[in-house]
Amino acid sequence: MSSPLDQFKIETKVPLEIGGINASITNSSLWMFAIVIALTAFFLIAMRRREMVPGRAQSVAEMLYEFIGNMIRDNVGHGGRPYFPFIFSLFMFILGANYAGMLPYSFTVTSHIAVTFTFAAIVFMGVVVIGFAKHGLHFLSMFLPSGTPIYLAPLIIIIELISFLSRPVTLSVRLFANMTAGHILLKVFAGFIISMGAAGGAISALAVLPFVMNIALSALEFLVAGVQAYVFALLTCIYLNDAVNLHH
Amino acid sequence: MDAEAAKYIGAGLATIGMGGAGIGVGIIFGNYLSGALRNPSAAAQFFPNVIFGFAVTEALGIFSFLVALLALFG
Repeated sequence: MSSPLDQFKIETKVPLEIGGINASITNSSLWMFAIVIALTAFFLIAMRRREMVPGRAQSVAEMLYEFIGNMIRDNVGHGGRPYFPFIFSLFMFILGANYAGMLPYSFTVTSHIAVTFTFAAIVFMGVVVIGFAKHGLHFLSMFLPSGTPIYLAPLIIIIELISFLSRPVTLSVRLFANMTAGHILLKVFAGFIISMGAAGGAISALAVLPFVMNIALSALEFLVAGVQAYVFALLTCIYLNDAVNLHH
Repeated sequence: MDAEAAKYIGAGLATIGMGGAGIGVGIIFGNYLSGALRNPSAAAQFFPNVIFGFAVTEALGIFSFLVALLALFG
């Protein structure tokens, strides 16, 4: 009896070892390659003829560009312009990975905490480095909002510090748990279809109920895939705003 | 009580936390709806904020689901 958790198993396809580190090509990394190649090919082909009145593909590419560009401008302001390529690549990769996981027989790359924590760690480390590089030690004034009474300062600083340090954790776990929970739900209801269909008699006719539920859950999963990529990018912009513009 | 039974009980208890998250999500959309019914023309402008608030609140419910999974399979 296969478990609904079997879909998250990492299988080594090409064993490789580089300097004592296991750098094998796994099903996860194969899907990451596929996502990157597909996204790069889409943008190269869509923007090949830079028409003033865009066709369909170029419209999609321009809409995605404007979506992220507006998000950065609204949340970070003018100082966020240098970080646009990073946030755009991050958003497109997470979006592509989430949607690639909805294909039948695919592997959801972002359903592993190793992947999502890498993204969140890069964002967090980047924010800290950018904050210290831009503001020096004055960056630490982020933990004491202006106008707080001095007797509250120790407590506020501790609370703000804990909330700041929890950012990479919540950022990574939000994406990872959403993807994992959604896909487990889909597998569990699919298992119900099979087991009810095999039971025979009146129960087999009722097997259509988990099937309808699975359709609704798949629609929900498509929505969640997009929303989670958007929220990851938006939170990155908000954290970047804290680092770039220090007015907390 | 053996470990297997304790795992199942722990996983069941951990899902109680999702009730709070459900209430939170309902509050977000309820407030959005009551605001949108008063000012429909301004409603669409703030829908991205609603989706962002929903995702952040939903995350806490998913965290409790994660604890349930950790209790069951960790």
